[in-house]
Amino acid sequence: MEAAEQTIETVDLSETSIRELNQRLHDAADGGPQNWRITHPDGLHAIGAGINAPLDIDIDGHVGYYCVGMNKEANVRIHGSAGVGLAENIMSGTIVVDGDASQSAGATGRGGLVVVRGNAAARCGISMKGVNIVVEGNVGHLSGFMAQKGALVVCGDAGEALGDSIYETHIYVRGSVAELGADCIEKELKDFHTAELAGLLAEAGVDADPSDFKRYGSARKLYNFNIDNADAY
Amino acid sequence: MTNEPASSAGMRESALFDRNVIHEIQRKAREGIYDIRGFGAKRKVPHFDDLLLLGASVSRYPLEGYRERCNTAVTLGTRYAKNPIELDIPITIAGMSFGALSAQAKEALGRGASVVGTSTTTGDGGMTEEERGHSEKLVYQLLPSRYGMNPDDLRRADAIEVVIGQGAKPGGGGMLLGQKISDRVAEMRDLPKGIDQRSSCRHPDWTGPDDLEIKIGELREITDWRIPIYVKIAASRPYFDVALAVKSGADVVVLDGMEGGTAATQDVFIEHVGIPILSAIPEAVDALKDLGMHRKVQLIVSGGIRTGADVAKALALGADAVSIGVAAMIALGDNAPEYQEEYEKLGSGAGYYDDWHEGRDPAGISTQDEELGKRFNAELGGRRLANYLRAMVLETQTLARACGKSDVRNLEPEDLVALTIEAAAMARVPLAGTKWIPGLDGKTE
Amino acid sequence: MCGIAGLFSKSSDFEQRLGDHLSDMLIQMADRGPDSAGVAFYRNPAPVGASKVTLFSPEQGYDWEIVAGELSAAFGGIHAPEVRASHAVIVVETDADDAGRWVIDNHPDLRVMSAGQTIEIYKEKGDPREFVERFGLRELSATHALGHTRMATESIVTTEHSHPFSTGLDLCLVHNGSLCNHNRLREQLRREGITIQTDNDSEVAAAYLTWKMREGASLTEALESGLDDLDGFFTFAVGTADGFAVLRDPIACKPAVMSESDDWVAMASEYRAIAVLPGAADARVWEPDPGQVYIWEKEKV
Repeated sequence: MEAAEQTIETVDLSETSIRELNQRLHDAADGGPQNWRITHPDGLHAIGAGINAPLDIDIDGHVGYYCVGMNKEANVRIHGSAGVGLAENIMSGTIVVDGDASQSAGATGRGGLVVVRGNAAARCGISMKGVNIVVEGNVGHLSGFMAQKGALVVCGDAGEALGDSIYETHIYVRGSVAELGADCIEKELKDFHTAELAGLLAEAGVDADPSDFKRYGSARKLYNFNIDNADAY
Repeated sequence: MTNEPASSAGMRESALFDRNVIHEIQRKAREGIYDIRGFGAKRKVPHFDDLLLLGASVSRYPLEGYRERCNTAVTLGTRYAKNPIELDIPITIAGMSFGALSAQAKEALGRGASVVGTSTTTGDGGMTEEERGHSEKLVYQLLPSRYGMNPDDLRRADAIEVVIGQGAKPGGGGMLLGQKISDRVAEMRDLPKGIDQRSSCRHPDWTGPDDLEIKIGELREITDWRIPIYVKIAASRPYFDVALAVKSGADVVVLDGMEGGTAATQDVFIEHVGIPILSAIPEAVDALKDLGMHRKVQLIVSGGIRTGADVAKALALGADAVSIGVAAMIALGDNAPEYQEEYEKLGSGAGYYDDWHEGRDPAGISTQDEELGKRFNAELGGRRLANYLRAMVLETQTLARACGKSDVRNLEPEDLVALTIEAAAMARVPLAGTKWIPGLDGKTE
Repeated sequence: MCGIAGLFSKSSDFEQRLGDHLSDMLIQMADRGPDSAGVAFYRNPAPVGASKVTLFSPEQGYDWEIVAGELSAAFGGIHAPEVRASHAVIVVETDADDAGRWVIDNHPDLRVMSAGQTIEIYKEKGDPREFVERFGLRELSATHALGHTRMATESIVTTEHSHPFSTGLDLCLVHNGSLCNHNRLREQLRREGITIQTDNDSEVAAAYLTWKMREGASLTEALESGLDDLDGFFTFAVGTADGFAVLRDPIACKPAVMSESDDWVAMASEYRAIAVLPGAADARVWEPDPGQVYIWEKEKV
């Protein structure tokens, strides 16, 4: 962050409605406060959904479902845990959660970076289409399910059915994998991947050695129907 | 059942194992996979043809055509949205993807719909510039796959349609085979070119109407509560499903019967899952009435709508509007007799062609092939669609006027009778010439 | 589809205010369950040798003194009914099974909502916010309680179809989700002699647990075999005399959040129902793993 003078717009969600907050955040794209602090989120839903500008936001507390859903350009730090669908379909921008993220974190995301310092639950990165996700803890089952593009980095362990039906997303896991999903296999960590992983870890502010990770990706056997693979369907 | 009689006396075809069934069993034995095709259910099911309208005579008086008005306009999404959708006609174009259809076909749909004052709907591939550019009113679908989904398109849509299912495959997901995953489709869907697209059947970030309510809340927040949110369901358990769609906050419910078409799915799915739209509408209307929401949450029905008679009868049963898919494609030129030779080369014929999943459509509609696509003139296609829609509306008005209605939505179930016992039971209207509605045990409702 | 909430007290101070806090949780869950609401409170143990039944009458202004008198005549003692809206709790001087059966046999006009030593189940159609007021829940103390707000999926909205369902003594279940093999299971359980009153899928789940435990399974074992035998999507919260249990199916599409502070253990479908509890900001919050039984019981905490 620049050390320039910045006024911070504070909104207390115990006094302001979600509708009003989000309208103000949307309007900020036309020139309005760029720095925000949101207090008392108390598990409310759709906080900051649909932001469309490079705002800088701190949220003090736990958020409900779909926090910063479909985010474009904003950088958001959540000082608590996040409910279902954190940053779902994110287009760009960086989202950091200090605590845990519930199911479907980063679901169908198309760009940007989502960082979870705690654990992410099931379906982390489900159907991801270009977002990069870095989880310092563990991820739950079916993470990377039908993941198409982007990278999913897990510093802890991964649950069952990791990368089931995966397309071209790169999955990196440092800990154990309970079980690989259909068509997901371990792959070699080449120079390109090591560089990509190192870059993501640095961007996420995570101190970890890329060579401790294993890479997982698509065996590409389900790309076109073959009767011998019928069991996988 | 096949369509030709046995070729000579003494040769008897089995009703269970007719030539089509034998052909399919042998194909499975060779290829080891289910049959995939496009189009809707082809077998005969109770439908609007089994209902008749009671025109005016001595107790009721008709309206003159042309001079005496018969309104067709309908407003959708009055429940919560700041900007509901105003349609000039009660017929919309159903969701069909770019990918399933060529870009030119999507453009034609937009052109034709806009000329007559109705809406089109995106499909499982996202919003194309052609469609947004040519469609005055565009409904943007939110599907399990979320291919192409982005907030900018959400914000420039006129409505959002959360798709839970479609009539052709209740409980199934989208499907697009490799031959139709062209460069452009692949890019829009973020998939490798030429693969067989697998789609999930459930949404990635919510399951169930209680969590759908929260999802709809998010969509409203992203679009500042401006536009209506539709929920599309396949006809399966319509009483419960429509009630739940209302409880989760829908402005409009779209109900697609088993007759509804698809670009590609398993034949068994199309033919054996879901219920006829005739049987679904009364249940849906009941659910809306029990919640005090009939006409407040609008109901759009689809699945085998072909003529103004279908439209009139659907409205009479309580729908606010109908939607067409297969019919729109045919109006554009799908299955046209002029391509008979080419259909034959594909092992089919004009009037039979349903291999839309293969992407080799000679009419250039259900294909991604550039050369084939060029055959289809979007401007001409748009005009044909507009003609078809206008003609259907005229038919609907003719029938409504004959029943004395100054507004097509004043058609009511009491204007209908049934020709068969099944249709009477399903549509809950009496068998013609009687007071009998099977299943209602003497009750009128 | 629905909202569920569970609250378990770790201190006698908190017990006094448990009803007030559970009411706040229930109200947070009203959006996802607008059709009806229900609670199971575990409180005021019946004296030794006696038990409590909670009864429901659909009749406005029902005279509970009559049935209370009949129960006294049948089993002894004099116990005034504790009336809350359309329900009444009556202490009966016999074991809970007999008490419940007596009402079923002699009063077809009444419904037995629960039977046991401590359990009291209240449930009604209508908005959860009104439910809390009508039943005066805020004044209730309890060691633990479960709450449920209902958005009916396939069975109708009536008082009887509301959760919690109790098919065993001091036992109840609330469910968020939808089962798909409950019809055949219902038939099978009825043949095993379990009483099932409605066509609701959640009641089948409750009956299944009752049956398993009758056959000797512990609650944990019963829930674990439920993972195999109950087909569908669920987050279950089960109340017992000593505490409560939580289980999510292995696919885990329905939500669940758990939290623990010095004074309480709580569970809910959404975090915002936990955010209203005192000390929530500093409490530990986590999400239960799918396919894993979690139990809190009085001795163990």
